[in-house]
Amino acid sequence: MATRKHRLNGAEIIIEALKAEGTEFVFGYPGGAVLHIYDALYKQEDIVHVLARHEQGALHAADGYARATGKVGVALVTSGPGLTNAVTGIATAHADSIPMVVFSGQVPSSLIGNDAFQEVDAVGITRPCVKHSYLVKDVNQLADTIKKAFYIASSGRPGPVLIDIPKDVSAQEAPFHYDDAPVHIPSYQPTVEGHIGQIKKALKMLKKAKRPMLYSGGGVVIDNASEEMTLLARRLNMPVTNTLMGLGAYPANDRQFVGMLGMHGTFEANMAMHHCDVLFAVGARFDDRVTGNLEKFCPKAKIIHIDIDPSSIAKNVKVDIPIVGSVKSVMQEMVRLTADDTFDSTRIEPWWKQIEEWRKVDSLGFDESGDRIKPQRVIKTLYEITGGNAIVTSDVGQHQMWAAQYFGFHEPRRWINSGGLGTMGFGYPAAIGAKLGRPDEDVYCITGEGSIQMMLQEMTTARQYNVPTKIICLNNGYLGMVRQWQEFFYDKRYSMSYMDSLPDFIKLAEAYGHSGVRIEKPEELESKLREVVAMKDKTVFVDILTDPSENVYPMIPSGGGQADMLLAGRDKMKSVFSEGMVLV
Amino acid sequence: MMTRRHVVSVLMANEAGSLSRVVGLFSARGFNIDSLNVAPTQTPSVSRLTLVTFCDDQLIEQINKQLNKLVDVIKLVEIEEHELIDREMMMVKIIADAESRGNYMQLADTFRAKVVDICPTNLVVELTGSPRKLDAFIAMIEPENIRELARTGLTGVAVTGSGKCLEL
Ligand SMILES: Cc1ncc(C[n+]2csc(CCOP(=O)(O)OP(=O)(O)O)c2C)c(N)n1
Repeated sequence: MATRKHRLNGAEIIIEALKAEGTEFVFGYPGGAVLHIYDALYKQEDIVHVLARHEQGALHAADGYARATGKVGVALVTSGPGLTNAVTGIATAHADSIPMVVFSGQVPSSLIGNDAFQEVDAVGITRPCVKHSYLVKDVNQLADTIKKAFYIASSGRPGPVLIDIPKDVSAQEAPFHYDDAPVHIPSYQPTVEGHIGQIKKALKMLKKAKRPMLYSGGGVVIDNASEEMTLLARRLNMPVTNTLMGLGAYPANDRQFVGMLGMHGTFEANMAMHHCDVLFAVGARFDDRVTGNLEKFCPKAKIIHIDIDPSSIAKNVKVDIPIVGSVKSVMQEMVRLTADDTFDSTRIEPWWKQIEEWRKVDSLGFDESGDRIKPQRVIKTLYEITGGNAIVTSDVGQHQMWAAQYFGFHEPRRWINSGGLGTMGFGYPAAIGAKLGRPDEDVYCITGEGSIQMMLQEMTTARQYNVPTKIICLNNGYLGMVRQWQEFFYDKRYSMSYMDSLPDFIKLAEAYGHSGVRIEKPEELESKLREVVAMKDKTVFVDILTDPSENVYPMIPSGGGQADMLLAGRDKMKSVFSEGMVLV
Repeated sequence: MMTRRHVVSVLMANEAGSLSRVVGLFSARGFNIDSLNVAPTQTPSVSRLTLVTFCDDQLIEQINKQLNKLVDVIKLVEIEEHELIDREMMMVKIIADAESRGNYMQLADTFRAKVVDICPTNLVVELTGSPRKLDAFIAMIEPENIRELARTGLTGVAVTGSGKCLEL
């Protein structure tokens, strides 16, 4: 866009800046402090404002849009309660490094600090959960600040940036000028290119490895590097595991994929981690749900770690070859350096043989006797019907883990969930944002009856903007994941994990102007799901009554190491590999 | 790992909110900052911050990385004890009557401190030096005779030739 210079008010400057950034949607909720901005939105037609029914919903929708498209999500909330409602959404995006710009209204400059009506210290309240924040006190700084905010949000390790705008600033006028030149912030210079010496060293180590393992995380998805990583993994014949956030970065149906790792990861993934001699960590941050007990983590491995964020490296584990840089650029370099290699993969044949042995354990097998629908079967069936050609969002709980385990993700940006913060209520608004961003995709929100009730009101948003998604509710009548932990670690004292008086979700869906389908028997599961999948342009709430006693396996209890794994059925409540392991 | 004193010198934007972001990094992890000293440099838009904390080496590495990650932070350097020129300023208001006053003035003289205020019941001493020197001075006064004490916290730079220089 060409640079322009004419006088606009602050609100109009925001609109023009957003247009210059290519913003399609603003997700928000109005209020006194942002009325000038809403007025400016009213007078234009390029940007669609999506009215959520709760600011948290607006933030999650912007977040889902960002995750599905790779673009920056934009949200707009009013001061005080508008901002505090948005905090959970901001923290969720921050935990998963999602690029977002959040505009919040603030009381007029003259009242800041006076305990004015609807005043909170927005910058202060959000400080621990934003990448950066601004309070814009001078309208002349506004355009420049927005430009910087978009740059900071989307570069380096991405994250949410907050811009707090006092009401008077959105009314004052200033010449509008949006610089075309790249942003330059002297104190903010993310390292993009990895150190070439380190990269070569890493490749050498990988080629020499007898039991290599590739552990890839959300960074690969965020940085659009999965193509390069997949190519490299195939060239070097490495087994690949993805974290919860990285699912789809490597195709789930590939022979080299050993499944997700960590607390609810597959037996083969965790065993391969435990026994590998070189661990190649790519855009993954060694989260505690992955490593378990750090003392028992990859005891035999030399570790290579690629991350754009230097503070992620050596935070939890000692790293032998650290490479600071963007995953994309480092992967490109590695692909280039291995282009005409004749890598001898016979060396690692014994390793693959061992992995195939572990695979035979079939740690995702589950018992289908009984007359209740098994939640695992629901996900498997949905996967089979859609062939994996869908975007799946999830909430938080057992259903999230089953979705991660049983739905195969073959491409990045098809699996959208709150991995870092674990925010119940995320799934459905995120599905709305994802569908708006990628209207040609079918979007499924896999949720539980607990989680969906946290953001159910967003069904009205879907109605107003005609955003059809499918809500697949695994209704087990329990806060299932809580119940599971109480069963294992609190002697079955099910304190507050049972929800009496659930609403009739079908009637609720209808009340919101959508359709509802209930599935109760195993034998009707597939046919009814097929019907739902065929209802293309409708929002459908699918209430599936599942076996309430089902637990997520495999499981590594907290404090356990990768080899301290519980398997379903045959090994219930008993550690399979390490002796004397006690559940605490 | 062993806990010891770490001195981190930081150049950062002199803007609203910058300092709270630095301090927030510590409070979010439940760490204490032993002392913190901030003021603008020769370039008014840039402040220098000198931070002292007690922790182990792994923790300080993480703190430094997190500080570096802040968008406001331009550069930082950790200055090792042997390359540090450190100073702190302190004012002590001491309860002193005609009888004890002489002793305190002599003490001040020995420490090359200045007596900057005096009245029949009190005197105020100003003292600049390494924190250790300041501690030593305080140790020479009976605690019940210290009425008020104000210390600036450590500030300092690395010795020339150490290679640790935060030029703008
Ligand atoms: C906002 C929020 N509150 C509480 C929790 C703690 N929590 C994690 S899983 C879970 C239960 C989720 O229940 P449900 O949505 O019914 O899913 P299920 O586990 O039964 O599949 C709870 C309460 C959370 N993650 N987020």
